[in-house]
Amino acid sequence: MAAPNLQLDVAHLLAGGLVLASFMLLYQNRMFALLKVFGLHSLVLAVAVAWQADIQGASHLYITAALAVTLKVVIIPAALYHMVKRLGIHRDIETVVGIGPTMLAGMGLVALAIVLMLRVTETADTLAREDLAFALAVILLGLLMMVTRRNAISQVIAFMSIENGLILAATGARGMPLVVEISVAFSVLVALIVIGIFLFRIRERFDTVDVHALDRFSGERT
Amino acid sequence: MSLLAIDGVALVLLIPLAAAGLLTLVPSYRIGARINIAASFLALLAALSLFATGPSTGQLLLVDELNIVFIALNNFIGFTTAVFSASYIAHEVEAGRLTPRLLRFYHAMFQALLCTMNLALVANNIGLMWVAVELATLTTILLVGIYATEQALEAAWKYFILGSVGIALALFGTILVYVAARPVIGEGLDAMAWTVLLTRAAGFDPNLLNLAFVFLLLGYGTKAGLTPVHAWLPDAHAEGPTPISAVLSGLLLNVALYAILRFKMLIAANQEALAPGTLMITMGLSSLVFAAFMLYRRRDIKRLFAYSSIEHMGIATFAFGLGGPLANFGGLLHMTMHSLTKSAIFFAVGHVAQAKGTQRIAEIRGLTVTHPILGWGLVLGVAAIAGMPPLGLFMSEFLIISTTFAQQPWLAVPLVGGLLIALGALVLRLGEVAFGEPQGQAAPVHASYVPLFAHMALVLVAGVYLPGPMVAWFEHVAGLLG
Repeated sequence: MAAPNLQLDVAHLLAGGLVLASFMLLYQNRMFALLKVFGLHSLVLAVAVAWQADIQGASHLYITAALAVTLKVVIIPAALYHMVKRLGIHRDIETVVGIGPTMLAGMGLVALAIVLMLRVTETADTLAREDLAFALAVILLGLLMMVTRRNAISQVIAFMSIENGLILAATGARGMPLVVEISVAFSVLVALIVIGIFLFRIRERFDTVDVHALDRFSGERT
Repeated sequence: MSLLAIDGVALVLLIPLAAAGLLTLVPSYRIGARINIAASFLALLAALSLFATGPSTGQLLLVDELNIVFIALNNFIGFTTAVFSASYIAHEVEAGRLTPRLLRFYHAMFQALLCTMNLALVANNIGLMWVAVELATLTTILLVGIYATEQALEAAWKYFILGSVGIALALFGTILVYVAARPVIGEGLDAMAWTVLLTRAAGFDPNLLNLAFVFLLLGYGTKAGLTPVHAWLPDAHAEGPTPISAVLSGLLLNVALYAILRFKMLIAANQEALAPGTLMITMGLSSLVFAAFMLYRRRDIKRLFAYSSIEHMGIATFAFGLGGPLANFGGLLHMTMHSLTKSAIFFAVGHVAQAKGTQRIAEIRGLTVTHPILGWGLVLGVAAIAGMPPLGLFMSEFLIISTTFAQQPWLAVPLVGGLLIALGALVLRLGEVAFGEPQGQAAPVHASYVPLFAHMALVLVAGVYLPGPMVAWFEHVAGLLG
C-alpha cells in the first residue's frame, strides 16, 4: 500500500489523463485515429478503475476494469475498425464546427465542470470531489463531441466516452454499490447498438454513415 | 414483511422475464401472440395481488402507496396492449411488413420491456432503478427500429442518441445523490435505498442535492418527453409498431415521471435544498405550450398524438411542480387517465392506419362513415384527450386549473392558454379525420375493439364517479408527495 497522498495523486493523475484523452478525441479528424484514441481513452479508464479498486480495497471494481479492457479497448474498436474498412469510409470525418472553436469550447467546459463540482462538493471527501470534477469534464467533452460530429460512428464513440466518464464518477464515489451492474448494463447497450449498426448495415440503407444524410427524414414526410 | 408480498413482487418481474425467454423459442407468431397475452394477464393478476398483500419493503424491491397503482396500471395496459397487438401484427404479417422471425424478437422484447418497466417501478434502489430504465430504453430502441425502413432506423437512431444522453445525465445525478448520502448513511446499499434516503435526506449536503436534481430532471425528463429534450418522442412514436407507441406513451413516459417524482420527494425532504417545484413548473409549462402549437402543423396521425403526449406530460409535471395535496392529486389522476386514454387512442389509430393503408392525416377522411366503430372510438378518445367533460381527463385538468388559480393565478394564463390551443388543434384534425368527405380504402378491418372500449369505459367511469377507496388513495399519496 502506498502512502495516502500518493494514492490520491495517482488517482487524480489518471482521472486527469482521461480528460486529456477526451481532448484528443475531440480533435481527431481521421476515422482510424479516432478509434485508436478511443482505445487509449478506455485503457486510461481501466487503469484508473483498477487503481481505485486497489486503494479502496473494492475487488469487485476489478470486474469493471476488466470489462473496460476487453470490450472497449479490444472488441468494440476492432469491430468498428472492420466495419469502417469494409464500408470504405476511412476518409476524413466531417465536423460541424472547426477544431479551434471546438477546443476553446472544450476548455470552457472543463473549467465549468471543475469550478462547479469543487464548489458544491466541499463536504465530500477529496477523492470523490476531484474525481467527480474530472468525470463531469469528461462527460461534457463527450456531449460536445456528440454535437460537433455528424458521423454515426463518431457519435457512438462520443457516447462511449461519456460512459467512460460516468464509470469514473461511479468508481470515485467510494463504496458505491451496483457499479458493476451499471457498467454491464451500459456495455449491453453499446454492444447491441454496434451489432445493430452491423445488422442493419446503415451503408446499404443510406449509402453513408453520415448522420446528416438521415436528416432528410426528420420531421414530417409530406 | 410477509412472504406472500415478496412473491407478488417477484412474480411481477419473473413472469415477463420467463415469458421473454420462452417467446424467443416459439417459432409460430400466432402461438407467440397468445403466450404474450397469457403472460401479460398473469403479470396483471400478480400486480393486482399486491393490493391484497399491501406495502412491503425489501433490500432491493419495494411496494408502497406511491408505486402500487403504477404497477397495476403498467400491467393492465401491458395486458390490453398485448390483446391489441395480437390483431395488429396479424395484419402486419399479411401486409408483409413483418416476418415471423422478427415477430419472435418483437414478442420477446415486448415482455422484456414490461419486465424492465416493472423493475423500475418496484426498485427500492436508485441504482437499480437506473439500470431498469436503461434496459427499458434499450428494448424500446430495438422495437422502434423493427420495421428497418429508413424512417424507422432514423427514428431509432435519434432515440438512441437522445435517450442515451438522457440516461447518462440521470446516472450522473444518481451518483451525486449517493455522494451526498454517503457521509450521512455510510457506504453500501443503504445509501441508495429509497426508504433510507427519504428518512435521512434532511442531513444531506443541499448543494449536492440541487446539482443532482438538475441532472436527474434533465435526464429522466428526456425519457418523459419534456421540452427541450423531447425531440426523439414524435419520431419514435410514428415509426415504430403502434402497440409500441401505445406502451411508450401510456407507460414508459409514466415510469420516467415516476422517477422524477421520487427524486422530488427526496429533495423536498431537505429543508435547505432549492424548491424543486420551480424547475418542474417551467419545464412542464414550456412542454405544454410548445406541444400545443406543434399540434397544428402535424400531417402524420401518430405524430399528432405523440405531440399530444408531450403536452400531457407537461401538464402532469406542472401539477407536481406546483405541489400541495390538490395539485398532486390532479397530477396523479392526470397521469393515470392520460395513460388509459392515450393507449386507447393508439389502439384506434393502429387499426385506422391499417384500414386506410396510411398514417397521413390528409388521406384519412370520413372515418365515422367508412369504419363507424373505429371512427367513433377515435372520436371518443380524442374528446377525452382534449379534456371534454364528463371524461376522466376533464376532472384532472379541472383540478389542476382550479388549484393554479388558487395558488398562482398568473401561471393559470399560460396553462389555460396552452390547453385551449391544443383543444383547437385536436378539434380541427378530428373534424377532418372523422367527419370529412370519406376518402381512401373502405375495406373492413379485423380489429379487436375490446381493449379500446375497455380503456374508454374506465376513463368515463373515472370522470363520472371515482370510487371512495381510489380517492382516499390518491389523497394519501398526494399528501406524501409534498
